[in-house]
Amino acid sequence: MSSITPTEIKEEFFKNKIGITGIVILLILILTSIIAVITIPVETFKEWNNPGSWISYPKVAIPVWVNLFLSEKIPEHKILESPKINYDTAENISVTYHQFGINFDYDDFPNDFIYEFSAKYSGSTLLQMDVIRPDGIHLKLLSTSLPNLDSNSIHSERVFSTDDSIKKNLILQSDKFLFSLNNLSAEDIVFSKAEKQEILKGNYIFLIKMYGNNSENKIQESKLIIGGKAFGIMGTDELRRDLAVGLLWGTPLALFIGLVVSIASVVMGLLYGVYAGYRGKKTDEVMMRFNDVIYALPALPFLIILSVTISNSIFVLVGFLMVFGWVGIAKVARSMSLQIKTRGYVEAAIMMGQKDSKIVLRHILPQLLPYAFASIAISVPAAITTEAGLSFLGLGDPSFPTWGQILHDANVYGAASRGLWWWILPPGVMIAITGLAFVFIGNALDSIVNPKLKR
Amino acid sequence: MITLLITVLLVGSNMDSILKQGVVFQVRSEITENPKISESFSSVDEFESFVQMQIEQRIKTLGLDEPWYSPQRIGLTMYKILTLDFGRATFLTSDSGSSDVKEIILEKLPRTILLFTTATIIISVIGIFLGAFSGSRVGSVIDRLTSSFAVISSSFPVWWIGMLMIFLFSFVYQIFPARATPLIPSSDPNYIGSLLYHMTLPLITIVMIGFGSWAYLVRNFIVGIMQEDFIIAKKTIGVDQKKIIYSHALKNAAPPIVTILALSLSGSLGGAIITEAVFDWPGMGRLYFEAITVMDLPIIIGATYILTVFFLISIFVADLLYGYFDPRVRVG
Repeated sequence: MSSITPTEIKEEFFKNKIGITGIVILLILILTSIIAVITIPVETFKEWNNPGSWISYPKVAIPVWVNLFLSEKIPEHKILESPKINYDTAENISVTYHQFGINFDYDDFPNDFIYEFSAKYSGSTLLQMDVIRPDGIHLKLLSTSLPNLDSNSIHSERVFSTDDSIKKNLILQSDKFLFSLNNLSAEDIVFSKAEKQEILKGNYIFLIKMYGNNSENKIQESKLIIGGKAFGIMGTDELRRDLAVGLLWGTPLALFIGLVVSIASVVMGLLYGVYAGYRGKKTDEVMMRFNDVIYALPALPFLIILSVTISNSIFVLVGFLMVFGWVGIAKVARSMSLQIKTRGYVEAAIMMGQKDSKIVLRHILPQLLPYAFASIAISVPAAITTEAGLSFLGLGDPSFPTWGQILHDANVYGAASRGLWWWILPPGVMIAITGLAFVFIGNALDSIVNPKLKR
Repeated sequence: MITLLITVLLVGSNMDSILKQGVVFQVRSEITENPKISESFSSVDEFESFVQMQIEQRIKTLGLDEPWYSPQRIGLTMYKILTLDFGRATFLTSDSGSSDVKEIILEKLPRTILLFTTATIIISVIGIFLGAFSGSRVGSVIDRLTSSFAVISSSFPVWWIGMLMIFLFSFVYQIFPARATPLIPSSDPNYIGSLLYHMTLPLITIVMIGFGSWAYLVRNFIVGIMQEDFIIAKKTIGVDQKKIIYSHALKNAAPPIVTILALSLSGSLGGAIITEAVFDWPGMGRLYFEAITVMDLPIIIGATYILTVFFLISIFVADLLYGYFDPRVRVG
């Protein structure tokens, strides 16, 4: 193996189809993590475990693209944030209009609708909410006075479709419908045909009016949510979290954990093993016995105990994984360095009186580099799956949710039994793909370093 | 033996902080259960100092005020653990209702051994034959399939495949039960049958994920051995190809294979934690998982200890077996 030079390895590697596949997958993963870091701010991601920040998202929504394969379209969850804004003043009354248009083209009723706003006003104001349907029917939904504010201050509120006054208003307009509106929820009425209780497709306009007697009144934030059962590229989970965010951010985390653990443990193992092998005699004996001790510790139970007692921070976990990672490599590196030590040029260097550190670093270590790269690549998947496993047991770092934690939540909320495949499949597939990329690269390197295994 | 001591020490240092936390927890919960105690204090500070005093008192009676590395404590801990006296579990009980850690573990251990030993045996049988077969026909379709299957299956976490299997076979096609714990009590005569039925799904999953890498390993050994001189000599003499592989090549590949078998048997005991948690198999792994979720310290310590002991024993056995199969080792 010592006869292989780095350039030869490169050449061989690029002839290897599996190795190239691995590199391509890895590049895609790196690209994904760069995109994730750029497009999704860390702040959003840190809010992962804060239910409050996900409130406007739907519960366990199926990914949107599923609709492409279905004949009956599942209503998409729509968050409308940019209304058309108009102002009007007549005598001393000023009116602010916010108008949301939505093209509702699905085969099922939405779950609900929520209007979320924060308004800046003084004095007493009146909020009105109307809907103009595709068939021209104008429905009054709500007419409510907002709390009286003395100065020009801000009032925030959420209007839910389950609001009693919306229901009452709709019942008052029941002459527009040919069927009984009792026992129907507000969204079932608003989105229904006038003749019978069936979905009415087309363009809906939600009109929000705020009346007040101060011309400076303003609706600052205004958001209309039409609650559906499908959302985003990857859907959402039980806690309304957008799984796409979690999956995207999981990529850099997994790469970080995998690479840091494997590189650090290989470097540690290599140095340890080479030094023990080079020094030989008693040093070797003592160092290898210590190695045996660590080797004899069952890793997973210990990792569990350590993360329960010391800390479940992701950085501490990475440290623990390193502690259990370097042992095997040290053993191999030792036996390799024992062989290399007997080579003529090393003996010559010793006789020339070169420093030990120089001999180890200059003459022995470079010979082991191909092996080191192969074992880095091969040990990455193990680190990732171990971390995922620990997170799956609920011992992960809650401030950095990983794929394993998504699966943990999925298991806790019984995703498998409820058929929520979009909650289980993607994280596992991501773990597997990441692992595969490194296994491919590692195998390609391995078959170059150990020509015996070549097919 | 040194390893054992160090292991115990390693656990010991953690055990102390765990135990102290446990005491604090115990005192607090006792106080919350007894509203009268908290009512009798006028200020929060006074209450807090009372709580602290209580905690310190308990710590002293348990001997926890001395550092864990004091010889007295270590000796006691070692003695207790060596005599398999793990104390009593705080929350969990065995199926028969006992809270003695030893009994709980003794109840769960056979089930884990049943599931994972069966799985390991099936895996190794399939793996050895498939590996020998594909190792003798390097480059054939079967060889390529085995190798790629090994590579792909090794990068999937077993427990994730388990979740998918539950999803597929318990809910989409309702063939197997989702929870591996049988519903009937263990005294029932049908219990064993039911247990085996509930065992099928986890067994299939473990075997499915496991045999690929085994076959690949065996294949690599065989490929290496097939290039040795004595095999080539046998070939030129005209010995039957099958006989070469199954009696000569496999025999030579035996030492590493046996070592790995011994290690993977005990390794599966530890690796079972997550798998058992997914399948709800009532063995050591799930016990461990439950103990962690409710922080039942005596059980965590006991189970870790048992797993460590198993691991050490199997390493020892593997070493002995290696020496038996490969006489060259004995000299060194």
